[in-house]
Amino acid sequence: MSSLAAVLAQAAPGLTAGPAAAAPTPTITVPDIEWTALLPILVLGLGAVLLLTLTSLARGTVTRSGYAIYTVLVATGAMATAAPLWGRVHAWDHLGKWELSPPYGPFSAVAGAIGVDGFSVFITLLIGVAVILGALLADDYLRREGIDGPEYYVLLLLSATGGVIMAMANDLIVLFLGLETLSIAVYVLAAIHLKRVQSQEAGLKYFVLGGFSSAFFLYGVAMVYGATGSTNLVQIKDLLAVKVPTHNALLLIGLGLMLVGLGFKVAAVPFHSWSPDVYDGAPSPVAAFMASGVKAAGFAGLTRAFLLGFGQFASDWQPVLYFLAAASMLVGAIVGITQTNVKRALAYSSINHAGFMLMALQAASPKGVTGLLFYLATYTFMTVGSFGIATLAGRTGDGHHDLADYRGFSRTNPALAGLFVLFLLGQSGFPLTSGFVAKFGSIAAAVDAGSWHLAVIGMVSAAISAFIYLRIIVAMYMAESDTEAAEKAPKAARIKVPFGAGLALVACALATIGFGILPNGLNRVAGEAEPVLVKEPVPAAASGADGAGLTGLDLTTIPTTPTTR
Amino acid sequence: MAVNYVVFFICALICLLGATGVVFSRNPVHAALSLVATLFGIAVLFVQQSAHFLAAVQVIVYTGAIVVLILFVMMLLGVDQEEDIDEEPLLGVRAAGTIVATILLLGLLAVFFLQSNRSTLVTGERSVTAPLSVDASLDSTKGVAETAGPDNMATLGRLLFTRYVFAFEVTAALLTIAVVGAVVLARRPDRLQPVPDEPESMDDDFMAALESEAGH
Repeated sequence: MSSLAAVLAQAAPGLTAGPAAAAPTPTITVPDIEWTALLPILVLGLGAVLLLTLTSLARGTVTRSGYAIYTVLVATGAMATAAPLWGRVHAWDHLGKWELSPPYGPFSAVAGAIGVDGFSVFITLLIGVAVILGALLADDYLRREGIDGPEYYVLLLLSATGGVIMAMANDLIVLFLGLETLSIAVYVLAAIHLKRVQSQEAGLKYFVLGGFSSAFFLYGVAMVYGATGSTNLVQIKDLLAVKVPTHNALLLIGLGLMLVGLGFKVAAVPFHSWSPDVYDGAPSPVAAFMASGVKAAGFAGLTRAFLLGFGQFASDWQPVLYFLAAASMLVGAIVGITQTNVKRALAYSSINHAGFMLMALQAASPKGVTGLLFYLATYTFMTVGSFGIATLAGRTGDGHHDLADYRGFSRTNPALAGLFVLFLLGQSGFPLTSGFVAKFGSIAAAVDAGSWHLAVIGMVSAAISAFIYLRIIVAMYMAESDTEAAEKAPKAARIKVPFGAGLALVACALATIGFGILPNGLNRVAGEAEPVLVKEPVPAAASGADGAGLTGLDLTTIPTTPTTR
Repeated sequence: MAVNYVVFFICALICLLGATGVVFSRNPVHAALSLVATLFGIAVLFVQQSAHFLAAVQVIVYTGAIVVLILFVMMLLGVDQEEDIDEEPLLGVRAAGTIVATILLLGLLAVFFLQSNRSTLVTGERSVTAPLSVDASLDSTKGVAETAGPDNMATLGRLLFTRYVFAFEVTAALLTIAVVGAVVLARRPDRLQPVPDEPESMDDDFMAALESEAGH
């Protein structure tokens, strides 16, 4: 029982701060822990640890699908705790019947380590959605493959914890720790199909390359610390606002190295080479989570570090992002059309999408952030849907991902083929799907920022990448099936769609069509989800010369009077 | 002052002897142990520079963890006998190593001897931190200096429980995740699934085709 307490204490940030406050040395003032802001992180992290503990105590008594249901509940809980934060950020004094407590407006918490703003809440909700969809897809998959157990769900929740930490990070060290929490769990997830050699290979590749990229990021953080004397984004921003170093090599090297680390996570060219292999080898539901949740967290990290922390340096990093975006869009589209494996083709298409999101980000404008968030939100559904179809079409063994395996898919599984067409058209940016609106927003942001050429490259790459999707559609609808038996008796080759995966696919399809026809609601929410850096107010207890050294000088930019919604 | 000199020279001697040992030992285990001596000597030098935390980390992480890991790998692979070090495992490794070492040495010497403007030598510009700490916007530097003096251990401890308390706790969670991941991966499956429908290589495919041809 004591070990349980230890595990709980480890997973709950801030718990051990209690004893320190009661320690006899009176000079340390422990910062206020804003528990409500930490709740999404705590729910996900403690939910994972609790699942681990309970299942080891009660092994064998878990009902069918129990783990998946639990995971969905935990993720829903995390999203529910994030909802009041959204209200507070937008200075509503109540959400439904609940009174919301001040401070209103975006705020920093826990000694400036995390920042709660519309952006971080939006990404938190998005990661919650990715976890729910990932759990629904995996439920039947894991049973089918004979690797059912709590591990997948525990790691999924822990990885999401890291993603939320990244989305809220206001400090480069916290950002790095979130990145590692996210990544280490996903490395293991990629290799979790212990019976499949390709899965192990994918896990090892991802681990080695990911370890390198994390080292790059950390080295960059160290350089930035050397140049600015702080790892806190608020302090860095304030410092750079008063004193603008023009050609500080340390700072520029640091920015470059950080970009390498985060560029790897979002699979931007030229840091993309891992992604086709890993997406192909990893279990399909894991690939779905990697393409949705991990990508969202990576872009959250990029936005917080570059757009917020180094916004004044935009003229330095914009050209680099410009190049990354152009290369990602073109390489993803052109190399993607040569792929004969559907999962690899989807991986290249995901690289292409990363390019579009980078294009929105490089605009470095509110419109760009809105475009990025809209793109991330809609892409999550489209990519999870696509990989969800691949999960089912892969059949037992998760090995039937060749284009040839999809021949005649429309006759054997008309419903699945129809959904796949929808997700593929959505990804290609077909009008009346969410992908069209997303691509439009990204291109519009680039044009507004004066990046005409990049916008043109984006449109060209969209046209090229349509070929990737059309190839799959042609294979499903126009090619004859390989085996004559399947041709003669299409019902025999029909895949039984399990409830969880079916639910996830229908949700993805509804989102893809819904946000395509009525994008305004999501667009407005994405527009309100602006990232802000706010200083943490110096708590009254910490004032004076006790040297706790919390944060800055003034309390400006926090609206004190709540508006009524 | 005299004590400082004595400590410095003894440690420097240990470091250099250890480093030489790493390069010239014929037995890899001896080389690893020599590395321990070097790292330990550096740890003492850190103490001498009042970098107590760095010294502790040096001993715990480098000598305690990394070298032990190296020894583990050696013993698991059974390389505890003499190696033929006259044979280069990779062509040109030795030459490349010599070149890199020379460049590093020259770079280090350059910092020392071309020090007309030492602070800006490396980056071309002074770090922008100096005015920040003078402004005392980072009030921790002042406050900590008053209360804790030069003891960087106390400063670090203080920071861990104040400004970096969140990062500190997340690190703890991170270690939990690493353990969970290691346990998941360490389990052996009952049987490995055969690679489905995928020929080992093009050659196998070709050979299979040839054989079927021959069968006809």
